[in-house]
Amino acid sequence: MRLAGTTMHTSLSPHDLARARLRLLQMHFEAGVGHIGGNLSALDLLMVVHHELMRPGDAFVLSKGHSAGALYVTLWTLGRLDDEALKTFHRDDTLLAAHPPPAGLADVLFATGSLGHGLPLSCGLALSRKLRGEAGRVWCLMSDGEWNEGSNWEALIFARQQGLANLTAIVDLNGLQGFGTTAEVADLRPLATKLRDFGWEVEEVDGHDAAAVAAAGRREGAAPRAILATTTKGRGVSFMQDRMEWHYLPLTADLYEQAVREVRAASDVPSAMAG
Amino acid sequence: MRNAFCAAMVAVAERPEVVFLTGDLGFMALEPLRDALGRRFINAGVAEQNMVGVAAGLARAGWRPWAYSIAPFIYARPYEQLRNDVAMHALPVTLVGNGGGYGYGVMGATHHALEDYGAVLALGGIRVLVPAFDSDVAGAVASILGQARPAYLRLGLDGAPKDFERPPFAPWRRLVAGEAATILVCGPLAGGLLGAIRDLPRERRPSLWLVSELPYGELPEAFLADVAATPHLVVVEEHVATGGVGERLARDLLLRGVAPRRFTHRHALGYPSGRYGSQAFHRRECGLDPAAILAALG
Repeated sequence: MRLAGTTMHTSLSPHDLARARLRLLQMHFEAGVGHIGGNLSALDLLMVVHHELMRPGDAFVLSKGHSAGALYVTLWTLGRLDDEALKTFHRDDTLLAAHPPPAGLADVLFATGSLGHGLPLSCGLALSRKLRGEAGRVWCLMSDGEWNEGSNWEALIFARQQGLANLTAIVDLNGLQGFGTTAEVADLRPLATKLRDFGWEVEEVDGHDAAAVAAAGRREGAAPRAILATTTKGRGVSFMQDRMEWHYLPLTADLYEQAVREVRAASDVPSAMAG
Repeated sequence: MRNAFCAAMVAVAERPEVVFLTGDLGFMALEPLRDALGRRFINAGVAEQNMVGVAAGLARAGWRPWAYSIAPFIYARPYEQLRNDVAMHALPVTLVGNGGGYGYGVMGATHHALEDYGAVLALGGIRVLVPAFDSDVAGAVASILGQARPAYLRLGLDGAPKDFERPPFAPWRRLVAGEAATILVCGPLAGGLLGAIRDLPRERRPSLWLVSELPYGELPEAFLADVAATPHLVVVEEHVATGGVGERLARDLLLRGVAPRRFTHRHALGYPSGRYGSQAFHRRECGLDPAAILAALG
């Protein structure tokens, strides 16, 4: 079982994204677990960050720890985890728990899962680079629901005050949270305005447009940056899209087959796609 | 102890991995440290959750961060950051709480830390250091830097007589030998007790032990010998009973099959009268003042 190796940077194609999406569906189906909706919404963003944006010296923090499955699959696409490792997802005696573990995976800097932790941690990593005069950037993937947490607003203030221009937060705006839509639960629209008022540079993109996300990520500015990426929870699977229950439900065999058919049809991935 | 802490930190400021975060506190106290550390002294604002998360991020990148505030604000407000970000990853972040116990006196209940080290110790893997004297602080700072582990440093007020020759910092110290009882005290309460008992004749004088690091590891043989040789074991701490030194010691003695003939635990009781006052007032309310403890020896 491979848990660490050499990071490879490749250019992403729609085929690559679909291959990752299929692997994510397979992993969740085999494990018989839910949380798949928020993994599908975040997957494209994770793929872009890890394949297109991160460079040696950079760091990544998954603040929306419930998308750990999408992170594991992204690491699989990089050759950092193998199929044998993914088979242990959610099983007894695994490192690949539903939320990232505190130790054992070289690519996971922090155990997350309780929301509102990733941005302060990322501020620490970014401040470290600034104090040492190092060039690396820090990437933090956040959910939209976690903006309910006050610690994020503390971190917004801190990052601006400390001039952490090397920090980029990518927000997965899938519009759904635990027990309602983000508009119903805690309406922060327009989030972009609020973040700009805190002194951050903000770009809004289609979170499933890999080229747009990559372009926004490559831009650097004079202040901490936020990329607000509008996504679809359950992206690519018609019966999951924007349905809150897919924050929680596991897949039946029939629905799994349907999901695979849909992703393949949309991306023209041959049925012989393998790990 | 705050000035002693500042001086101790200034003395280690040249270590390049030291970085200091304050939750907007330290006016008229930490300016020398700010000057010594330069860019490595960061006022993180009144935002302790973020401050401890940032400290964890810095520690993950190889720094030795210190995060400072009033005791309840540094451990209780960011408790989940301490649990998830620091303790789960065993990162060498040090939280510094000024005014442990009733240290902030008439500032009131929100500013007291009566359950701090019990709550911190429950997380596991965090060292707690409780200096009793100003002269302990440099040793505590050195001890913390000597191990790459999470730590909580609880500062208070040195209450020992001026002429008392303070022994070097150590996890366990016997300050006075005696025959009437064995007293184990945690923290600066030791100072006042010391003044009250040191001139008593030996047969009326208790052995006074001081514990300054928690969890305290193995019980010293000399301490166990005092417990066996004296008729009464008394534990004194400015902390609630739950999670405190008294509970821990009672358990450890039971596990060893040691049964003191008599056991008394004096500890913080909250606010029995519902009134507020100086640290000395709250200590008296809880029977933590030297006169009440001597009376309890019987």
